[in-house]
Amino acid sequence: MKLPIFLDNHSTTPMDPRVLETMLPYFVEKFGNAASRNHAFGWAAEEAVENARKQIAKLIKADPKEIVFTSGATESDNLAIKGVVEMYKEKGDHIITSSTEHRAVLDTVKVLEGKGKATATYLPVDKFGMVSPEDVRKAITEKTILISIMLANNEIGTINPVKEIGKIAKGKGILFHCDATQGVGKIPVDVQDMGIDLMSFSAHKMYGPKGVGALYVRKKNPRVRITAQMDGGGHERGMRSGTLPVPLIVGFGKACELCEQEMAKDTTRLIAMRDRLEASITKNLEESYLNGHPTNRLPGNLNISFAYVEGESLLMGMKDIALSSGSACTSATLEPSYVLRALGVGTDLAHSSIRFGLGRFNTDDEIDYTIKKVIEIVTKLREMSPLYEMAKEGVDLKSVQWAAH
Amino acid sequence: MAYSDKVVDHFTNPRNMGSFKKDEEGVGTGMVGAPECGDVMKLQIKVQNDTIVDAKFKTFGCGSAIASSSLATEWLKGKTVEEAQKIKNTDIVQELNLPPVKIHCSVLAEDAIKAALADYQKKVDGALTDAK
Repeated sequence: MKLPIFLDNHSTTPMDPRVLETMLPYFVEKFGNAASRNHAFGWAAEEAVENARKQIAKLIKADPKEIVFTSGATESDNLAIKGVVEMYKEKGDHIITSSTEHRAVLDTVKVLEGKGKATATYLPVDKFGMVSPEDVRKAITEKTILISIMLANNEIGTINPVKEIGKIAKGKGILFHCDATQGVGKIPVDVQDMGIDLMSFSAHKMYGPKGVGALYVRKKNPRVRITAQMDGGGHERGMRSGTLPVPLIVGFGKACELCEQEMAKDTTRLIAMRDRLEASITKNLEESYLNGHPTNRLPGNLNISFAYVEGESLLMGMKDIALSSGSACTSATLEPSYVLRALGVGTDLAHSSIRFGLGRFNTDDEIDYTIKKVIEIVTKLREMSPLYEMAKEGVDLKSVQWAAH
Repeated sequence: MAYSDKVVDHFTNPRNMGSFKKDEEGVGTGMVGAPECGDVMKLQIKVQNDTIVDAKFKTFGCGSAIASSSLATEWLKGKTVEEAQKIKNTDIVQELNLPPVKIHCSVLAEDAIKAALADYQKKVDGALTDAK
């Protein structure tokens, strides 16, 4: 086993060596511009891009012509939301989204609100982090032009009832955008069955290269139109200008193909490892609480709050394991995770949360090591914690008058 | 964010971690911060003949908060009550090489020192009043 261990697979994933292999010829040897229509270099590049487009479309049950390449999911979210708001401004300006969306969606909507181009409803989530389709239905007004709800949350892994939401959107003739960055490649996605009109996703979250993503844009029933946010050569059917990064796209395609072939195998392995990690931690450490949905969540996700210890100190105590925390100390804003807060997790427990993100390349040995380390460090830090001491003495921490600072 | 070697050292090998009984003679206890803010420090001093003979801490917080309180106990030991009043958060920042986002940890440590000293003083004053 090699240290450090990477258990932060929601932030990014290591690239699969098989992906790299398919990319390599497209840097030096087959370097053509896919938009060059008049020579063999261009044709080779175009062929590679179109092959990748097919591989990507197949994974999400779309038509290859419905795939628009972007630089990543953030750009896809921006393009989808801004593109729809601009294109359909005659129809209305209201967007329905949720409070636990990724910042790429929330900030995009906020910017549009700030400029007076859109109004928005931010739906709450239940204690598991799930959006209620009924809430979506109730939030619809005559002015609603877009519903933007994520497939799976990046912090707690909770999977939303996207199919029900898609059905509601369709029934009302409203476009449905889904940020599926964490879900595509990890769980089955079918844009037809789920009634999705626009969908953002990214290669580097599924063992592909960084710097490339896609926006799925439905071509029929209905034919979705978006206003381009990047003007230029009219690439990607005019929706996103800019020379295509052929090697990245080739890698993206291969990554999708591998995910499709290995999803069942990966899922079984990840769930077994994740459940073992969870069971061992909660059995050995009292007052460790699962954040998110107990069953309906991403296979590789485990988010736990350890009462009486602070998240950043936990990470510091496990330097040889790459993890992430919802603690304010790990963010620039000094506010703990807004996702955990939206679930109703207390600020104190939000500060105490750790996100374990398991991926294709994690091993059982790594999980064993992690279990040992987590128990060790939480026990050590609780010994050091005045809150733990008070709780053990029977003091109700909620009744204490703290001097907030 | 990378931590300074001194922060890592205090975090890995905390000095004087633990507690005195609050009602023990000569013990002053300071508890500052709030769980909602992500850090709570408890700092205790034991005073004999106006000199701090021992100090202990317990901290809920990030590595820099733990290091700041651990360092504070080291510095308190051997100082007179009057000398202890002069410990400034900026001294802690300098010693531990804390980045700007972690300055509040040093402020909290200074507050904890002040609170422990004030608690000790209150005990002394109380004893004097009782004697009268």
